Amino acid sequence: MDWQAMGLSLRLAACTTLVLLVLGLPLAHWLAHTRRRWRFLIEAVVALPIVPPPTVLGFYVLMAIGSLSPVGRSYEALFGHRLPFTFQGLLVASVLYSLPFAVQPFASAFATVDRRMMEASWCLGVGGLGTFIRVVLPLAWPGVLTGVVLSFAHAIGEFGVVLMIGGDLAGVTRTASISIYDQVQALNYSAAHQTSLALLFFSFVVLALTYGLQRRFIYVWPAH
Amino acid sequence: MKPIVRLLSLIGILAGAGVVPAAELTVAAAADLKFALDDLVAKFQTNQSSVNVKVTYGSSGNFYAQLQNKAPFDLFFSADIAYPRKLAAAGLALDTNVFLYAVGRIVVWVPKESELDVGKLGIQALLAPSVKKVAVANPQHAPYGRAAVAAMKSLQVFEQAEPKLVYGENIAQTAQFVQSGAADIGIIALSLAIAPQMHDAGRHWEIPFESYPRMEQGGIVVNGTKEPRAARAFRDFVLGKHGREVFKRYGFSLPER
Repeated sequence: MDWQAMGLSLRLAACTTLVLLVLGLPLAHWLAHTRRRWRFLIEAVVALPIVPPPTVLGFYVLMAIGSLSPVGRSYEALFGHRLPFTFQGLLVASVLYSLPFAVQPFASAFATVDRRMMEASWCLGVGGLGTFIRVVLPLAWPGVLTGVVLSFAHAIGEFGVVLMIGGDLAGVTRTASISIYDQVQALNYSAAHQTSLALLFFSFVVLALTYGLQRRFIYVWPAH
Repeated sequence: MKPIVRLLSLIGILAGAGVVPAAELTVAAAADLKFALDDLVAKFQTNQSSVNVKVTYGSSGNFYAQLQNKAPFDLFFSADIAYPRKLAAAGLALDTNVFLYAVGRIVVWVPKESELDVGKLGIQALLAPSVKKVAVANPQHAPYGRAAVAAMKSLQVFEQAEPKLVYGENIAQTAQFVQSGAADIGIIALSLAIAPQMHDAGRHWEIPFESYPRMEQGGIVVNGTKEPRAARAFRDFVLGKHGREVFKRYGFSLPER
């Protein structure tokens, strides 16, 4: 059982979810309320990682952050190290890859919030941010939680992108999914079983807890 | 080719197919064989047009796991003879003998954009200050990775190079890491470095053959093949004159006869 890889996967998923909260909430809010005609284009871009295989994303991310590309070179000039084969590099790919899994549930939750509530709040003198935090978020809470759980779970399960850009470094880019792959390749089937079962069990617990909590405290579905 | 000739040859193929049913072979092959085996398959099919050979390239360990579970391959060319030996021991080889077809060699490789003179620096190029990342295949399961680590150890650069290492899933991905500029230098198969597709993209220095354990590449005809005759014919072709010539040209050493 590869605890280090397990810990790394959890850390990557947690960081991905955090970044997606910071980036995704405003983006989803904008998507839910904008009246711009080209909104559909942004929606398509956000949803894009769902369709092409992870190999496409992995290939282009590696090309984009490698030291032969302008992006890669300017990052190196700014921060003094390179993105490929680092945790930050994985995080960039992971955020891109999980973006739709956060933004879509966020946006559909925000779209269901009654616009009159927001208008009432504005009329009472609460600003845009205050209204968002005190009115929109509490009302859209189940959707936000769904987005958080989905993007966390998606980041834990990531394999193809990490395989293509990670370089398999213990403690840095060897996530649980990669560790399992290595163990299978090296014919250590019992170690692969242990890590796989742990991951399976963990995923079940997280999902069961989430759905349990949603039923208990928040009405996702109409009450019977 | 004139359309009428093309049409006649098509009719010929169809007619031939009617008399002798075309055999189809599915081959699992290690990633380092990519260019050499493509070449060999093309040669084989000009002689034996009734046999259609399809090759899947990948990691030998993966194929081993799949073959253990009765994957529908007819032949298996591994980068490490240990895998086919284990399969043969488990009764999964058609002819119990495992065949040795080539011996792998490794090189230090840099892309042509690199300023490092690998020809002059040799293995020391890995330690150059401008080198931030060194790509090798994963020594946990890739034979080329084990050879690379053994060579670095015996040439006494391993300790200094280790913090810079990144691991490719197989030898082809390792080459791709360097070619894309994500890593600065790498230890890859000579067969990849001198293949036409990569030859002009970089420069290499061959690591002395004695500095790592002999990388014997072996294979088997899979027990359960539906085309034993065609499979044996392809095996014999690969082991024969043509095969040896191609493997030599693509940078493999040849097993003694």
